[in-house]
Amino acid sequence: MAAFETIELARDYGDVKAVRGISFAVEPGELYGLVGPDGAGKTTAIGCLAGLMHPTSGSVRILGQDPLARGTTARRDLGLMPQEYSLYGDLSVGENLWFFGQLFALKKKTYQQRVERLLGITRLARFVDRRAAALSGGMYKKLALCCALLHEPKVLLLDEPTNGVDPVSRRELWELIYEFVGGGMAVLISTPYMDEAARCHRVGLMHKGRIIASGAPSELTRSLEHDVCEVVGGDREALHGVLAQQPEVVAASPAGTRLRVVIVPGGLAAVEQAVAAHGASLRKVAPDFEDLFLARISGRDEAQEAA
Amino acid sequence: MTEHAIQVDKLSKHFGDFIAVRDVSFHVERGEIFGYLGANGAGKSTTIRMLCGLLTPSGGHATVAGHDVASSALSVKSSIGYMSQKFSLYLELEAEHNLEFFAGIYGLYGKRLRHAIDEVVERTGLTEHKHAITSALPGGIRQRLALACSLIHKPAIVFLDEPTAGVDPASRRDFWRLIRELAGQGTTVFVTTHYMDEAEYCARIGLMVDGVLVALDTPEALKRTWVPGEALSIEGRDLHKATSAARALQGVRAAELFGARLHVRYADGVPIDRRVLTAALCSAGAQVEGMEPTEASLEDVFLAVARTSVQNQESA
Repeated sequence: MAAFETIELARDYGDVKAVRGISFAVEPGELYGLVGPDGAGKTTAIGCLAGLMHPTSGSVRILGQDPLARGTTARRDLGLMPQEYSLYGDLSVGENLWFFGQLFALKKKTYQQRVERLLGITRLARFVDRRAAALSGGMYKKLALCCALLHEPKVLLLDEPTNGVDPVSRRELWELIYEFVGGGMAVLISTPYMDEAARCHRVGLMHKGRIIASGAPSELTRSLEHDVCEVVGGDREALHGVLAQQPEVVAASPAGTRLRVVIVPGGLAAVEQAVAAHGASLRKVAPDFEDLFLARISGRDEAQEAA
Repeated sequence: MTEHAIQVDKLSKHFGDFIAVRDVSFHVERGEIFGYLGANGAGKSTTIRMLCGLLTPSGGHATVAGHDVASSALSVKSSIGYMSQKFSLYLELEAEHNLEFFAGIYGLYGKRLRHAIDEVVERTGLTEHKHAITSALPGGIRQRLALACSLIHKPAIVFLDEPTAGVDPASRRDFWRLIRELAGQGTTVFVTTHYMDEAEYCARIGLMVDGVLVALDTPEALKRTWVPGEALSIEGRDLHKATSAARALQGVRAAELFGARLHVRYADGVPIDRRVLTAALCSAGAQVEGMEPTEASLEDVFLAVARTSVQNQESA
């Protein structure tokens, strides 16, 4: 049995079709990533899985149960870290943890062991008396994750848990997530960081309410038909301007001192010519997940505009 | 008037016993994109709030656009734009009404107000979103609207506190195109971010650790100083299991995960033995599918600075 799944899940808000029929199933010990541009429907899908709202059509299952059914035990096995501010701002770090410990009726000893460990890993221990509202954005996220992990749920839903979290803390949060996944927890994570998407076992790429591609991140990047190159030589700022004018360029972004460009299939020669005029050349590199995202998403928008 | 857009001398801020910012000194030149980086809670936002005249410093001095932040906070506020980390617009208003509100606050009215709004809407590419209710705008557009509100009075300096947090990759690129245009037109940009690829756009970068400014230089100089030596980028499976094993190898300075890849950096001048590395990674439970040399990035710098200071604390 899958730890959680969506079956043809759709959800409208009035005339707006936020989620348009998505299906995926995640096994225990699996880490599933949901990525997509703002407004793709990720948060709505997570809200339905968490039992916060009814699907317009289709259904969700948490350990085989409907989280909104009468008498369900799904919620006991479910941990949710919402994207928005969800803790009590006037309570301290320690008081928020205590509150969640009480909600899930943890025994005192269990509670103390888990809190000590979570505060240690997240390095929040020295801020235990600070009000949640006075935490920096990243520290707040860490606290919210601790609160969602406190009852060690079997299914954990994380809606952009690392927004505003610094590179060191992001790695620490991921170590934490991996550890729980290794222990058999099934985790759904949505994230705007494509390096994080690359670390998931499987990823669903969402766009306008649909999953437009899914699979292991390495397989998805291998399937990319676009060329990805670094621009060697020339002046970066000047070249940035040149590349922005090239219709074959999906995206150009800095990679160290160089620029990295994603080029539509068949457009390589034209871009090579354009940069050569400014004393630079192209060197092919292996695509990463961010290149894939840029290619799949901007390719779509153009195709739709043309249609 | 001082020569620099921002001049900071031994600036400090205490909250009770907690020292959020300690003796920080730096300057920012006019028209420069200055990046202010650091871990969560390192004191970035506290510094910004002092420089914007929102918090009184506990010690030291700072001048922004020639005004002292402690004694002339009002003059500072009228010459800067500030985009806070927390989204701070009125969600139930139309995008344009938010702009009108902020224009009004800065004393614009009538024709000048209309002109200022038209110009900033054009500049930030918000024309088609002008009449949308703010709450209905996607995250990336909202951030652009927040930027537009901070630019409405044409400030000489803008402070952007994590302007792209949670914004998708395509929208982040749009946003940075705006920032670069802004700087190109002479506006000084003081920006914080946790996206190290964005930090590459900054002319200079200050790195904060626990309230102290521990590094201040151009991106290239920071890389030379903090992450010398050669590095390999390794592709494979379960590489996260092998970070400690890689760190324990002789001659290895750092081993960090970058997405699904593991980057292993050797000390300057140490010859790289790929066989020894592969063996160590495999015996730690990882599978190696390939490795290639990789250049230092600002993310390497950030991690090196943060890890060094953690080690210093532990050995102290």
